[in-house]
Amino acid sequence: MEPNQCLLSVENLGRQLAERWLWRGVSLELNAGDCLGLVAPSGAGKTLLMRNLVMLDPIQQGKIRFEGKPPAAWGLPAYRCRVMYVPQRATAFEGTVEDNLKRAFALGIHSQRRFDPAVIHTWLEQLGRSPEFLHLQGARLSGGEAQILALLRALQLHPQVLLLDEPTASLDAATTAQVEALLHHWLQQSNRACMLTSHDAEQVRRVTHWQLNLGDFI
Amino acid sequence: MESNYIAISYGQLALSALLIVVNLALSVALRLGLAQSLLIAALRMVLQLLLIGFVLEWLFTQDNALVVVAIALVMTAIAGVSAVNRTRRRFAGIYWHSLLSVLTASALVTGFATVGIIRVQPWYDPQYLIPLLGMVLGNTLNGISLGLDRFMEGLVAQRDQVETLLALGATRWEAAHQTVREAIRVGMIPTINSMMVMGLVSLPGMMTGQILAGANPIDAVRYQIVIVLMIAAGAALGIFGVVLLAYRRLLSPDHQLRLDYLVKQ
Repeated sequence: MEPNQCLLSVENLGRQLAERWLWRGVSLELNAGDCLGLVAPSGAGKTLLMRNLVMLDPIQQGKIRFEGKPPAAWGLPAYRCRVMYVPQRATAFEGTVEDNLKRAFALGIHSQRRFDPAVIHTWLEQLGRSPEFLHLQGARLSGGEAQILALLRALQLHPQVLLLDEPTASLDAATTAQVEALLHHWLQQSNRACMLTSHDAEQVRRVTHWQLNLGDFI
Repeated sequence: MESNYIAISYGQLALSALLIVVNLALSVALRLGLAQSLLIAALRMVLQLLLIGFVLEWLFTQDNALVVVAIALVMTAIAGVSAVNRTRRRFAGIYWHSLLSVLTASALVTGFATVGIIRVQPWYDPQYLIPLLGMVLGNTLNGISLGLDRFMEGLVAQRDQVETLLALGATRWEAAHQTVREAIRVGMIPTINSMMVMGLVSLPGMMTGQILAGANPIDAVRYQIVIVLMIAAGAALGIFGVVLLAYRRLLSPDHQLRLDYLVKQ
């Protein structure tokens, strides 16, 4: 495997709301090992770009390829396992945090995988959380706890590209640093890349290798 | 045929108008502001029923399958459209979905009952086909309204959950089947409830009518059982059909939740 293999390539992507183009002509290549910061003023459509990249919204213009193949050729569920989107507002299902983590393995696409408590415990430790976190009720999590849950729920499925929408928006400074360290460590393993948005310009500079300003594509 | 029941003359009918005075008096005394709607509703009811009485009188003398089927189709179309008119949201094609579901469900159920169970000769005898179809349509319509409304509202309310599942790699069915199931369950509740207490709390209208007309109560009960089972099957088929069609529309083959198709009324 080449070190700088292109994982996700985006060509001339455009997004229209009503009659107005929110952004258009967005092209980018996300290579293995990359961490891209997506910046723009609020309301510029950062979230919509991420939703488009995992095709939760239909593509109005442009092309997306993952490892050279369009999402449809992978099959959408298989594509979304490799390019995984973690929304800003984390959603917890009924039951405990552990139930929530296990829920993903009930999906057909992950039927070959098993819930791995050991890995989760390691990550929880790195985030300064005790194993008791697994027994909290999903519905009663604070905003920050829910974000941790959503991040772990995605990480445990071994995606190759992570799209993180404001991943630390509800976290305190200490946990934010721990999440950043965890992400940094996660990126070290081969064939992985990440894109994130953050309202914290300092964090974008600290964490990401390069930035894309959506404001340039109006 | 000599009838063994007391026919109601128009003069006697006029006497029943006194009953609406009870409602009017209450509305005026308590200032409910319902007097006008009550009057309009009562008037509509009387006119519509008198009208349908004449239509049925004419229809029952018809011996032409095409005429009967045409009337049945008109009834089905009205039911299909009315079912959608009660929902809080719409999407393009929703009327077709409703029409198709009502048509398929009522044709299957009514066809099976008239040809297979009651064995009406000829199969289109309007005296049997039209009232039976009417009973099935009325209930299928309610079920479809409830099921469809619940499905769309459910998707809107659980949007985050459905999309979180999709983002984790769920297929559209894995992401939405709980909402589908819930909508079908809610649509079936009235039918199941009414079956539970039938004869205990409610004496079904059709059975009451047959008994008033002089039928043997046991005969009337047997008819009623067939009809209730027809209604239950019709509602189940109709709800199942319409919710699945809506599912295929609102969850795209690309495994996307297309709430942008929904228009609020």
